[in-house]
Amino acid sequence: MMFAGVFGFLTRRSTLAILLSVELMLNATDLNFAVFNRMLHPEGYEGYFFSLFSIAISAAESAIAIAIMINIYRMKKHIQADGLEEMKW
Amino acid sequence: MFVILAVLIACSAMATVLTKSIVRAATYLLFVLLGTAGMYFLMGYTFLGSVQVMVYAGGIIVLYVFSILLTEGGKEEGVFKRTVKDASWGLILSLVGFLTFLGVVLSHPFRSLPLSAPSETASAVTSIHSIGSNMLSTGDNGYLLPFEAVSVLLLACIVGALLIARKR
Repeated sequence: MMFAGVFGFLTRRSTLAILLSVELMLNATDLNFAVFNRMLHPEGYEGYFFSLFSIAISAAESAIAIAIMINIYRMKKHIQADGLEEMKW
Repeated sequence: MFVILAVLIACSAMATVLTKSIVRAATYLLFVLLGTAGMYFLMGYTFLGSVQVMVYAGGIIVLYVFSILLTEGGKEEGVFKRTVKDASWGLILSLVGFLTFLGVVLSHPFRSLPLSAPSETASAVTSIHSIGSNMLSTGDNGYLLPFEAVSVLLLACIVGALLIARKR
């Protein structure tokens, strides 16, 4: 899952597809935190809370990123990563 | 059960990055997230699994589908429209990373460590009651500060998203 995300991040062209790949990678790390907590230290809960906060932060991240996408689309009429060269226009 | 979920997650993750239509990619991502939630349930972390279903599968995927329809309208966009050279570089890099990861995991002596039996301790640690008291305690193992930081972050995120995406 992690490396499918890496592959998508490196090869897709649409910024939304890149965001989907980032979500894949974040999800893989969440799963790893939970699994290592569960399998190696079942009496602790650090990985558990790490996963919870990571889910919250990735929700915030995707909301902001989608707002930026919509804004870019309004100005440029496309969201291909190749066509985005200016930071402000 | 684990094998079924693992195969579902792996296949859906591959399909997410390989499919041409971006709406289909979002749908496959939904299957990946649901499979991950199933993994959490399998581990006995029911609260984490339900958070995953609610926040990811219920919230983020809907947000993605909305934004896909608001921007490109599901226009076809393929991974192979890019030159084969770029795609193969990505493939090589991710394969190298995957093999490195596999080597590290297989060389680590996980098998000698005592893997715990399911349910008992985990369900005691992660009941809703103990989650709530840990989340709001300031003592040892207290998570009040990150909890408040996340709440401020979410507020800032709401305001920022409204500010960025507003109509001029």
